[in-house]
Amino acid sequence: MQKIPDMLREHPFFRDLAPADLEFIAGCGENAIYAAGDYLAQENEPADYFFLIRKGRVAVETYRPDRGPICLQTLHDGDVFGWSWLFPPYQWTFDGRAMDQVHAIRLNGKCLREKCEAEPRLGFQLMQRFARIATERLQAARIQLLDVYAQPSPLVGDRQ
Amino acid sequence: MIPQMYRIEHRQEEYPGTFTLHLSPEQDDSDAFRPGQFNMLYAFGAGEVPISMSGPESRDGSLVHTIRTQGQVTAALERLRRGDQVGVRGPFGNGWPLEIAAGSDLVIIAGGLGLAPLRPVIYSVLRSGIQTSRVRLFYGARRPAERLFQSELERWMQALELVQSVDHAVDEWQGHIGVITDPLQAAEFDAARTVAFVCGPEIMMRFCIRTLRQAGVPESAIFLSMERNMKCATGHCGHCQWGPNFVCKDGPVFCYGDIRQWFNIRAL
Ligand SMILES: Cc1cc2nc3c(=O)[nH]c(=O)nc-3n(C[C@H](O)[C@H](O)[C@H](O)COP(=O)(O)OP(=O)(O)OC[C@H]3O[C@@H](n4cnc5c(N)ncnc54)[C@H](O)[C@@H]3O)c2cc1C
Ligand code: FES
Repeated sequence: MQKIPDMLREHPFFRDLAPADLEFIAGCGENAIYAAGDYLAQENEPADYFFLIRKGRVAVETYRPDRGPICLQTLHDGDVFGWSWLFPPYQWTFDGRAMDQVHAIRLNGKCLREKCEAEPRLGFQLMQRFARIATERLQAARIQLLDVYAQPSPLVGDRQ
Repeated sequence: MIPQMYRIEHRQEEYPGTFTLHLSPEQDDSDAFRPGQFNMLYAFGAGEVPISMSGPESRDGSLVHTIRTQGQVTAALERLRRGDQVGVRGPFGNGWPLEIAAGSDLVIIAGGLGLAPLRPVIYSVLRSGIQTSRVRLFYGARRPAERLFQSELERWMQALELVQSVDHAVDEWQGHIGVITDPLQAAEFDAARTVAFVCGPEIMMRFCIRTLRQAGVPESAIFLSMERNMKCATGHCGHCQWGPNFVCKDGPVFCYGDIRQWFNIRAL
């Protein structure tokens, strides 16, 4: 059975992180498997973890009373889910639901926060990695908002 | 160049507002075309518009065009039915550089209707018209139901690596939800071997090019199909001028390395 530091090393999020740092972080991680339909996270619940998806699909969802759950984005092998553990009030802002069997490494946010505070150099590296992902997600959300494939109104220019 | 008369053999609704016309010539003297070229389709009483070839090369001169209703002329084309006549001038433009794709890892990136001009490339690859070491198709659309050629996409899944992403979907959807740049970003590229053909809304193409560049794919290996309003389609009227290029004659397919400076100028 593969050990957590090896799994972390294989995940793109931790690519090129020093082996000693991976060992240090691995102490906060555990292997987790979710069946289709299981929730990794639920809106407004305490965000104690974040997840490195090794295999499977996770739907990032919110709920509309008149329409039920709405999937905003799917996450796949090699993606990261969750940054609500980083900032107070440490609560999930969206649901995370397994769409098929999901193999993930679940990292304990409180444990990681403590390690980052004890080791600011590592904390900075982690923040950089999260900032990059947050920027990519923001950019993706903005493109999604542009609705680029929509049938344009006669006054709008884009046509494909 | 005078339009030749074609008759609609078959009409297929792809999804509301977007349809495919299968045309056959009234006289058999039509020219062969290259994937990525386009015709000027003439809807009588309405006018003429550039529309890409979306079907396979054929011996009997038949043509396939996939059209989205936009304004006056495309709305007139939408009203036509089996047996109706259409005027056709063409083929025009340069087409996709299939010879450059030979031996490469070919990455085809299509957004929405942008799959139409790329379908002949896929046909060409599938019948081994070009030998590539790897073929991947990234297709982004608004919703699962607003994808072109849905039954073919199912079949292509067996024959090539297909990644689909839609902006919105419900549970039965097996692909990605989000923008096409997400799976593109996650993909591994052998940058030195990759050749990318990109067609879709300009915003989508800009972000895909950025992602490809971040992955190390050189500007000289990225090709995109551009659209500008056209009139003559033969390089004479200047309607389609884009920087120093005429899209009808020098394009519609351009190498990103050659046109980067025009691509990034707003309102050009
Ligand atoms: C090389 C090439 C290949 C094309 N291939 C296809 C294809 O395969 N299928 C397809 O459906 N369409 C294709 N198009 C686009 C198609 O030619 C236009 O949608 C069509 O000309 C619109 O004509 P219309 O009279 O219906 O609309 P119009 O009345 O001319 O326009 C309706 C609205 O669309 C806008 N518009 C029209 N043309 C353009 C343009 N070129 N750029 C930006 N905005 C525009 C107008 O500003 C207006 O708001 C292609 C265009 C080019 C240049
Ligand atoms: S359409 Fe006339 S020059 Fe291109």
